[in-house]
Amino acid sequence: MGVVVNKKKCISCGGCVSVCPVMALKLKDRYPNCDFSKCVNCGACVRFCPVGALELKKNEGD
Amino acid sequence: MLNENYDVIVVGSGPAGASTAKECAKRGLNVLVLDRNNEIGTPKRCGEGLSDNSVRLLKLDMPSRCIAQKIDGAIVYAPNGKKIEIKFEGAKGYVLERKMFDKWLAMEAARAGATVIAKSEVTDVLKNGDFVSGVKANILGEEKEINSKIVVAADGVESVVMRKAGLKTNKNPMFVDSGFQYEMVGIDLEDPHMIVLYFGNKIAPRGYVWVFPKGNDVANVGIGIGGTHGGVKAAKHYLDEWIKQHPEINKGSIVEVNGGCIPVGGLMKNMVGNGILGIGDAVNQVNPIHGGGIAESIKASKIAGDVIKEALELGDVSSETLSKYNNRWWKEHGKRLKNVEKVREFFEKLSDEEMNDLADVLSGEDLADLAHGKGLARVIKIYMKFKAKSIRRKVGF
Repeated sequence: MGVVVNKKKCISCGGCVSVCPVMALKLKDRYPNCDFSKCVNCGACVRFCPVGALELKKNEGD
Repeated sequence: MLNENYDVIVVGSGPAGASTAKECAKRGLNVLVLDRNNEIGTPKRCGEGLSDNSVRLLKLDMPSRCIAQKIDGAIVYAPNGKKIEIKFEGAKGYVLERKMFDKWLAMEAARAGATVIAKSEVTDVLKNGDFVSGVKANILGEEKEINSKIVVAADGVESVVMRKAGLKTNKNPMFVDSGFQYEMVGIDLEDPHMIVLYFGNKIAPRGYVWVFPKGNDVANVGIGIGGTHGGVKAAKHYLDEWIKQHPEINKGSIVEVNGGCIPVGGLMKNMVGNGILGIGDAVNQVNPIHGGGIAESIKASKIAGDVIKEALELGDVSSETLSKYNNRWWKEHGKRLKNVEKVREFFEKLSDEEMNDLADVLSGEDLADLAHGKGLARVIKIYMKFKAKSIRRKVGF
């Protein structure tokens, strides 16, 4: 489980990091990086993202 | 330039951090300010509006380069296009040049005696037992550990520092707006000295589109929508759609893109821990109606300065001692903002039709009062009359 970022759309605002309820997201080199072991696939960051750059990913390798 | 020990380390040099640093330095404390950006104030993260009342109240004697445009008032458009003009002495203000303003505030902190260092990202807090005792940071490319008696978390909505210190601050998406903005040039403005707001759930669900002039043909054109309304149709999507409908804006060029998380609620009862105090966006000190946080955080910095100075004199930085900051802030500012939050909760439940009805009866002064948390009872009374009227209409009275 986890979220993936489309770096072409991302504007590095960090909003996703702020709304993540389990603190699974961090900005790494300016882009959100998801700790898959913490992520609970709630989608809060996806619904928040002002530019639609985030997507939920169900399994590794999807 | 850099010592190993400080009385106070302030993380983040936005208006909250720089002002707190200045207040502490003025009181004779040894202060270090760390900001992660290469250039303080850049990238900017907001619409840059600040009221003249706040400037006078806070005695901000800023150089003219910090001001992009003087503002006489606001124009508000209801969903049906009905226009309300808010133009009186108390509605005056400025659209700032935040890159200059934030840098100026940082310089003021430095002039008061604080040490300010840009390109210094704090990655963790140091702990001594249950107490925060400093920070781990990459300072100008070098990993360092620096000790302090108190750490001030002024590192914005994400606030790495509050989280690392174990003070939970993840934002409830219900209490944040998803913001997106273009700075545009070559556009036609209705009045270059009036800010313009466009309401409507189709335009901006649970929010609004704003046009904040920064000159005769320049403006911040932005949108805030409810934090759970983004995703596939993100804030950017709504703003792009709105711009397409407005040829006077659509013809312009984009010279900057900004975005971010605007806390518009979730005021925190507790903003301190052992050896740590939060300020600004990190602890949601924002006006819940317009999302403005500059004035609120500078107001809070004066209280923070007093409380930190007193705690250090007592040699007691426990959360019990620092909680005086909670008490004073809630008494002087929190209660007022809580009322503004109620106004926002009322407004965000309105349908477009109800907003149109209200726009017919509310004056510019009414709207300005509401933004300061006043007059809600009266508006609700008017609103209930409308409700009764529409029910009567439905049942055929």
